Amino acid sequence: MAPRVLILHATGTNRDHDAAAAFQLAGAEPEIVPLQELRERRRKWQDYQILVVPGGFSYADALGAGKLFALDLQSYFVDEVKAFVQSGRPVIGICNGFQALVKSGLLPALDGAEATLTFNASGHFECRWVTLRPVSRVCLWTRDLTDEIYCPVAHGEGRFLVASDSALSQLKQRDQVALTYVGNGYPDNPNGSPGDVAGVCNPQGNVLGLMPHPEDHIQPFQHPRWTRGERGKLGLKLLEAGVRHAAAM
Amino acid sequence: MVAPTSPVHCLVVTFHRAEDPRAHGLLSSAHALGFTGITQVECADLYFLEGALTSQDQQRLARELLSDPVAQRAEWRMGKAAASGAGVHLVETALRPGVTDPVAEQIIRSSRMLGIASVTAASTGQRFVLRGAIDEKQLQRLTRALLANPVIQRWSFGEIDPVFPHPAEASGKVETIPVRELSDDGLLALSKQRRAALDLAEMKAIQGFYRSVGRDPTDVELETIAQTWSEHCVHKTFRARISVTGPDGASSEVDGLLRTFIRAPTEKIAAPWVRSAFVDNAGIIDFDDENEVSFKVETHNHPSAIEPFGGANTGVGGVIRDVLGVSAKPIAATDVLCFGPQETPPQGLPEGVLHPRRIQSGVVAGVQDYGNKIGIPTVNGAILYDEGYTSNPLVYCGCVGIAPKGSHPRQPQKGDRVIVLGGRTGRDGLRGATFSSMTMDAQTGEVAGASVQIGDPIVEKGLIEVCTRARDRKLYHAITDCGAGGLSSAVGEMAAGVGADVELFKVRLKYPGLAPWEIWLSEAQERMVLAVPDVAPLQALCDLYDVELTDIGAFTGDGKLVVRYQGRPVLDLPTDFMHDGIPRRHLKAEIVTPVRSAAPAPRVDDVGRTTLKLLAHPNIASKAPVIRIYDHEVQGGTVVKPLTGAVNDGPSDACVLKPMGTKGLRGIVLSNGVNPQFGKRDAYRMALSVVDEALRNAVAVGADPTRVAILDNFCWGDPLRPQTLGALVEAARGCRDAALHFGTPFISGKDSLNNEYLGADGQRHAIPPTLLISAMGVIDDVTQAVTMDLKEAGNVVYLLGETRAELGGSHLGLVLGRDIGGVVPDQVEFAPALFKALHVAIRAGVVRACHDLSEGGLAVAAAEMAIAGRLGLELTLDVDDVVTALFSESNARFLVEVRSKDTAAFESHLAALGPRRYTRLGSVVATPALSIKNRTETLCALPVQELVAAWNTLP
Repeated sequence: MAPRVLILHATGTNRDHDAAAAFQLAGAEPEIVPLQELRERRRKWQDYQILVVPGGFSYADALGAGKLFALDLQSYFVDEVKAFVQSGRPVIGICNGFQALVKSGLLPALDGAEATLTFNASGHFECRWVTLRPVSRVCLWTRDLTDEIYCPVAHGEGRFLVASDSALSQLKQRDQVALTYVGNGYPDNPNGSPGDVAGVCNPQGNVLGLMPHPEDHIQPFQHPRWTRGERGKLGLKLLEAGVRHAAAM
Repeated sequence: MVAPTSPVHCLVVTFHRAEDPRAHGLLSSAHALGFTGITQVECADLYFLEGALTSQDQQRLARELLSDPVAQRAEWRMGKAAASGAGVHLVETALRPGVTDPVAEQIIRSSRMLGIASVTAASTGQRFVLRGAIDEKQLQRLTRALLANPVIQRWSFGEIDPVFPHPAEASGKVETIPVRELSDDGLLALSKQRRAALDLAEMKAIQGFYRSVGRDPTDVELETIAQTWSEHCVHKTFRARISVTGPDGASSEVDGLLRTFIRAPTEKIAAPWVRSAFVDNAGIIDFDDENEVSFKVETHNHPSAIEPFGGANTGVGGVIRDVLGVSAKPIAATDVLCFGPQETPPQGLPEGVLHPRRIQSGVVAGVQDYGNKIGIPTVNGAILYDEGYTSNPLVYCGCVGIAPKGSHPRQPQKGDRVIVLGGRTGRDGLRGATFSSMTMDAQTGEVAGASVQIGDPIVEKGLIEVCTRARDRKLYHAITDCGAGGLSSAVGEMAAGVGADVELFKVRLKYPGLAPWEIWLSEAQERMVLAVPDVAPLQALCDLYDVELTDIGAFTGDGKLVVRYQGRPVLDLPTDFMHDGIPRRHLKAEIVTPVRSAAPAPRVDDVGRTTLKLLAHPNIASKAPVIRIYDHEVQGGTVVKPLTGAVNDGPSDACVLKPMGTKGLRGIVLSNGVNPQFGKRDAYRMALSVVDEALRNAVAVGADPTRVAILDNFCWGDPLRPQTLGALVEAARGCRDAALHFGTPFISGKDSLNNEYLGADGQRHAIPPTLLISAMGVIDDVTQAVTMDLKEAGNVVYLLGETRAELGGSHLGLVLGRDIGGVVPDQVEFAPALFKALHVAIRAGVVRACHDLSEGGLAVAAAEMAIAGRLGLELTLDVDDVVTALFSESNARFLVEVRSKDTAAFESHLAALGPRRYTRLGSVVATPALSIKNRTETLCALPVQELVAAWNTLP
């Protein structure tokens, strides 16, 4: 049976439909669910095999991107989210969703490695395509990927910072850096994240957060250079990996 | 708005290690504005909280809510902030009372989520510490120029005192305004005093009505009529009867510009795929068997002149609501912006005018903020510069929507509730419609301050969620947006014929003290009005998506509009007087003969240098720094992106979208045409040219030329000046002739007149006549779209179309820095056939790259294709007049790249168009350089890297 995907919708979420289209194509059964429906228990967390915290501008980025979405998760759903994560089911936070996972402490979830996603080093929002290298063998979303992924970023607060250099080394040692930007500095790394970190996972490897949008490269004609005959590096591959894993569970 | 009574706490949040990205930008802007004595800028965010907080509350709020502990530090302010010392200057800013502060609202809500219920009010501010040599007067200027805008903000050189909004009731004050006994002078004085922008005939019509009913109007009624009858709402000029005096002295009559020149061609063309033209909030055409697509373009010029961020922000928000107002889901945004030159010396500006840099950065940030946050991709646009826009920038905002066919209901039923959805009502935006219908002066910024607002895109996002679902569940009988004129206009239009009875006391307010007329006329953003038979299911949807719903009355079926305040009628008017009582204007126009005699082309000594100068001209240079801060990928449908080519930096001619969720591979093509340089010289030919430009841009990427609809947006000066109106008549006539020529219907349009600025020096500053044509076309298969980047060495390059001696208004003149004369490009008789032939070739897969020729002519188009493909191009001309061949901006021309093996088929296909319709110019080469020869003479040989460097000159 196709895994059911819970796509959270907070006030200001806007890439929920992009994520739904992508998971549909990846063979799953996505459903966009406003947080209010979960609070009223009209929808139940345990009915889903994949959790997606999608992109957008939840609460207009007030008080920092993802901050108030994180507060929702921490205030209303702390047990449900914990149970979902501990069950090993795949969880992915994309862009604003990544910001929410970091700010709620679900990522990187490593003691002593307090982290944040803050303003791009360039000082502004940026929309451009980036190449990602899947590097983590712990992360269930990336461990089976051999090819690079090419997909857009669209964010102003995507610079991944940890409290210390040693904490970043520790993340790398634990294989929690799941995806890195390929290239040489800006703009290949569009936000100035130290170590070119584009995505990180939790120590168990089932929760992935990333700034770029794999859900916006699921068709060949979305590639910026498809008219030049360029193909491949679909973001869809990453999402399919999560779906395969959920289906096998 | 009241002064705080409970304790007030102030948290100061700064970035660690000078990591605040704002600081660097502010410092470089300060230097650019001439404040070179400033050596350092530090920024901090201020959060003011009212309420009794324990120190534990304070710690938690600082750490868990108001700061990012990894990147920032936060300190609660104890006592007074350090005063400014030698070389250190403190500036603190905060929003004025009444300006929307969404962050403040979130602070109260989220404090409660943390279990801290004692926060009763919140507000935000910013602190700047400037270091360097600057005196008090300069500090004043710098603050106004860079750190704050008096229209929406207040400031203090030291610690600023917060002001908190507290919700409360309206004032209920209603005045009766005696009009029945007023003389003509008295009527005009009243119009001026209330900023009604009505002329004597209109005031007399109002007087006549009240004499006939035997009473005087209330302020609510008078304000409502002024809004309903404003240029902005009823387009008096476009509906007026016009007596035209031609260049030869002959006189003629135009029975309404709109009817004669814009609607008539649409009716004559009678395209079966046009679903709605000129009657709805947006024009609508068929997309496929299941869906229709809508398009609307609006302007928000005057608000953007005085508060660039808020003006552009709410401009985007407004046009998105137009699309929601035809029950469509917004799927793309466009923006065309016109500014004064960025290098304008600050000291030369008229009083009250913001510097063009400030206007541009604010406008771009406003577009970015709204479009990105609401999740609509910004996919097409243009940025143009001219001294004529220094005082009066133009901000055109467009929005495209998609909806299932026939899903837009239009008729309120007797008994339906009048439902307001979305944001609360404040004093913001009062008299916006009449404000936009008046000439601005040095005081406009202060007087009209209330006309400008800051948008709240997240509230509007909620409206999209609710309205699209309400449409699918058939929960309403009619829908319209609250735009200019606010509820008066929205409810007034919906009630036309059927009638309505509404209670203003029920309208939810942002803050106390509003008079009934202010509630009724407020242009507070992010509100929609719906006619709803059963409120409960709509309420349930609103609860799910956190949208406020207010039931303010009912549609009555008696044809009367009755507005009450606490039960007492404050407005009682027959809807037919409101909508049909306005006397038609009779205007005079005088047409000045444009220059139509050819001039010899100027000498150009160095083709290479001239080409580089053209590439670096602000109108032509890469807009990547702006394009990249707009999200053009959200919704996943952007198939041909604004930037394209080998390294994603070439300028696309148009955007191709594949809407999410539609079947098959059919797509939408969006493009535009605009050229004020032509407008200054020849309004008629400008119109012909920009229609051609919009269409050829669309066709260049693969749109079917028989399936394109266009929108007109005129931005003009004062139409009461006969010569200004004469140019408008000519441009409108050009629209008709161009539409008929191509068989391309207009489906929507808007005019923004009175784009003038009366400087403190007494001089009128008018904008160049500017007509924007926006095109929306259909492409059957998005995977057949073509981009403008050169693809592959060895391919052959053709020029399609005919180059004529038409250098009038060309960019060659701009870079030579003098008037080079010449005529503005004329209509091309074979253009429709050429566009169709090109489209056939594109569908056959023969065209590898295609680029339209416009600003800068052949030389610039060739250079841009080489830049985009990072490939070389060897072209050989065979002409007597090289300058015309390379730099003329004649219409209906393309550069096309074709594989060698396809050249025979391509040429025989085009031969059917007649002689000289295409020229084989040369080929793509691997050596990255643009080489152009005429016969045997080498005109230029420019390495692509040099082209790239020249083209990327904008910061």
